[in-house]
Parts: sequence; structure tokens; C-alpha cells
Amino acid sequence: MRRCRKFGRKSSVPKLKLGGLKSWGHAPALAWTALFFMLPLIAMLVMSFSARIDGKITLTWTLDNYRAFLTRADGTFVGALWNSIEVTVLTTLISVLVAYPLAYILAYRVPKNWQRFALVLTVLPFWTSYVVRSYSWLLVLSENGIINQFLLWSGVLDTPIGMGNSRFATVLGFVHFFAMLLTLTIYANLVQIKDSYRKAANDLGANGWQAFWYITLPLSVPGVAVGAFLTFVLAIGDYITPQILGGAKEMLLPQAVMLQIGRQADFPLASALSMILMLVITAAFLLFARRLKMERV
Amino acid sequence: MSAVYRWAPWIYLAIALLFIFLPVLVLVQFSFQGGMAPVPPFDGPSLKWWGKVLANRKITDGLWNSLLVGLGSASVATVLGFLAAYSLARKRRRLSGFYQFLLMAPITVSYLIIGMGLQITFNQLGLGKSLWAIGIGHVVINLPLTFAILYSQLGEHQANIERAAYDLGAGDWRVVLEITVPMLWPSLLAAFFIAATLSWDEFVIAFLMSRFDVTLPVVIWSMLRSGLSPELNATGTLVFIISILAVGVVEFLLWRSRKQHV
Repeated sequence: MRRCRKFGRKSSVPKLKLGGLKSWGHAPALAWTALFFMLPLIAMLVMSFSARIDGKITLTWTLDNYRAFLTRADGTFVGALWNSIEVTVLTTLISVLVAYPLAYILAYRVPKNWQRFALVLTVLPFWTSYVVRSYSWLLVLSENGIINQFLLWSGVLDTPIGMGNSRFATVLGFVHFFAMLLTLTIYANLVQIKDSYRKAANDLGANGWQAFWYITLPLSVPGVAVGAFLTFVLAIGDYITPQILGGAKEMLLPQAVMLQIGRQADFPLASALSMILMLVITAAFLLFARRLKMERV
Repeated sequence: MSAVYRWAPWIYLAIALLFIFLPVLVLVQFSFQGGMAPVPPFDGPSLKWWGKVLANRKITDGLWNSLLVGLGSASVATVLGFLAAYSLARKRRRLSGFYQFLLMAPITVSYLIIGMGLQITFNQLGLGKSLWAIGIGHVVINLPLTFAILYSQLGEHQANIERAAYDLGAGDWRVVLEITVPMLWPSLLAAFFIAATLSWDEFVIAFLMSRFDVTLPVVIWSMLRSGLSPELNATGTLVFIISILAVGVVEFLLWRSRKQHV
């Protein structure tokens, strides 16, 4: 209507009503999420209550798959869950401890003109293939790898030790990846904190440490929480790193799930295990969400 | 003491960079390995394994499949994410919060679970495994990211410029295509790039949803299972180089568009 008045002509052809975009724009994305995310989750939930009878999967509303998780004689599944939680918590803690100083240095010590370059450089290996990145730690950790050579040369070791195929290697591979991710989220948070807050603290007599402890650190908690949550979700659900670096001594939950799909084709049990994995992630989400809120008060 | 205080950050930075680059540097070095062993000692340099990689149909096919799936799924995720962000940012609804929650939900679920759910659903519906199936899964994991990035950039400032365009007589599509999209261009590019790289590198969904046409991470995985070889190192280095080139191009485009807008 406005258009008609401005140009002094009546539009006789009825225009396609495109004010629509604002009303339907979200529909395709929602449909996609419903169809290819919600529906599969429901299918998996139903699957977890099914049983395999003569190789055919039938819905029987049984709890056997969950019972199998709890009571499998050798404790494989409960053990795998514990291994997963331990490795993930360890990974998240160490990654935060490694990444925080790095992000801090990038945000406050590196000159402004160089920051973007330094940041891109720091997370450059982020863009290598995830599978290859895990695997390349095997080269570094191998018995004649660079770390053993360094330890032999410096006299710490007399004989080389194999460091691959262990929980240490899994955590190391995880930390390498997630420290980069956390550096990004913490850096993005730190550069948003106004200089004036710290200056005000200094004016009021705080020294550098006090200003950091009472001003910068609390204000950077959201960046840490976002990064830590992403680390938790991605690490606890990851199959590649423990499979390549962890060796055969212990199994994490995603490996147990993949084993059920691959060798056994036992989708009901795999679904039940995945549901348990999802439950753990949801619990973590609630924990992190509460932390965030508490810090905001 | 003050010398320690002054140098400590730079020493930490150097050690951190060493840690971050160590596996990549070793990988690149051993892609030029001379002998059969993929691990030290180094007895190169030689281009033997690079020749093998470039002549390996499995690897080059996987490369193309990955590019195809990456660019395709990133395009869909960016368009859907943009439409949703625009609609939810420009019109207030009672259910807006709920819609946002739904759109963001996949980010809190492991790729493994998303992939398995899709596999079960496709099985039940009798749909086969294919590059299309992988692409569908990759749109699911990337949609929350593109939506979140674009939603955060559709603020009041842009809304005012859009209103000005409406007042000057532009129709809805014209406003979106000639005002909103150009204004959002750097964010659209960033969202597309992040989606494309995540898809390009995604393993578990691609592994579960593929049978004959596989993407590069799955090819690398199967090479890894049949034993370590310097060929793997060369393949990994090739992936790294392609990714670095993409990062370079995007950084350049973003830098240029920032310069134009200032």
C-alpha cells in the first residue's frame, strides 16, 4: 500500500504476499529438525525397548536392554560409562587449565594488531582432519617418536616407553583438540570485558592479581562454561580418539555402542546405551546451566 | 622476579604452540618418508607416498565426495538457518523461545546418537545409505550453528535499515535480498564456512550413513584399520593443506568485506 501511494500507481496485479517470509521462515528449519532429529530420537527410544527375536527386531516394550546395561556379568557397560565419565571430566579440566592462560595471553599480552593472526595461528591445527590428528599422536608417542627421543636425550629415561594405546594417550589427544576450542570461546569472552573495569579496580587499590581474581576471572566464566560444556558433549560422545589412541585395555561408552552396531548388529542394546549416554549429557547440561545462572547473580 | 613476570607469558605461548603444532609437524615430515615405516626414524625426503596418494582412486573419490557433501550440506544449513533466524528475529511470537530451543537442541546431542537415530529411521523407512543421507545428517548438526551465528547478527540496527527500505517502497524479497543479505554477508560467509568444514571432517555420521560412496574421513579410517603407512601421513597432510587454503580464502574475504564496510 505504501508502495502504491509513493509511485502514484495502483498495482492491479495482486502481488505474491511475501510478508510471509517473516511468518514462515522458521518453518523449513523446524521441519528439518523435527524430521531428521526429533523423529530419529523417538525411533531410537522405541528401539531401546525392543528385542531381537530370531534376528528380527520386534517392539516388545521390554526393559531387558537397560537391564543388560546394569547387570552384564563382566560389568562391561557400567565400566565403560565410568571410563567415559572419568576421561571426559579429566579432559575438560585439563583443557580449561591449558586454554585459559593461552586465551588470556592472546587477549591481553599480544599487541592488538597481531591478535587476529596469533589466534588464527593458534587454532590452525583445528582444521586438520580429526581422524588424522588423533592418529598423528601415535607418531609422536611411539617408541622412537620425538617425545621418547627427548626423554632419552635428557636422561629422564634409559629405555623408551610406549605411550600410545593408553588412557594417557586418549586424554592427551582430547586435550590437544579441546584446548584449541576452549581458547576460542575464552578469548571471545575476554576481549569483550571492558578495560575500564580493571582500571577502576586498579584505581580502587587492587593489584594485578586482585583485579584478575575479582574482576576478569568472574566475568570470563560464561566463556569457560560454554567451551567446557561443548568439550564435555563432544568428548563423551567421541568414538575416534579413544579407538585410535586408547588401545584395547579399556573401552569407553561410544566404543561399546559402535561395537553393538557393528559386530553384533544389536540395535536395541545400542539404542539403550545411547539413551544412557544422552541422560549423562543432559545431566551435565543442567549442571552447567545452573552454574551459569549462579554466576550471573 | 619482574623478568620472570615479563617473559612468562611468551614462554607459555611458545610451549603451547609447540604442543599444538607438534603432531601436525611430525605428520607433515613423515609424509615425505622414504621407506615403508610410517614412524620414526625419518629416512626421506621422498615424494613416493605423495605420488601414491594422488594416484589412489579411493582417496581422490573420497575427496570429491567430501567436498560435495560439505558444500551441499553447508549451503542448505546456511539457507535454512538464515530463514529461521530472520523469521524469529523479526517477528515476535508466543512460541519463539520454544522454537529456538528446538532449533538449538541438536547441539547438545552427540554425533554418534544423531547418526544412529538416523540410521535406525532410514532402516525402518526402507531408505538406503548414500551421500544424500550423510548430507541430511550434516545439515542436522550444522543447523544450530548457522542459526545461532545469524540470529546473533540480526539486531535492531539492521532492522532499522530494513524499515527504511520498506518505507522507500521495497518489497519483502527485495529488502531481504538487497538489504539484509548484503549486511549479513560476513556472518553468512562465516556460518557457511564453519558448516562446510565441520561436514568435511565429520566421521561418525558419514560412517554410519554410507556404504559404497564414502567421504574422506571414512576412507582414512579404513586405511588406518588396514595398517599404518606413510601414505596415511601424506593423505592427512593433503587434507591439512586444503583446509588451510580454505581458511586463508575465508580470512581474506572477511578481511576485505570488513575493510569495505568501515
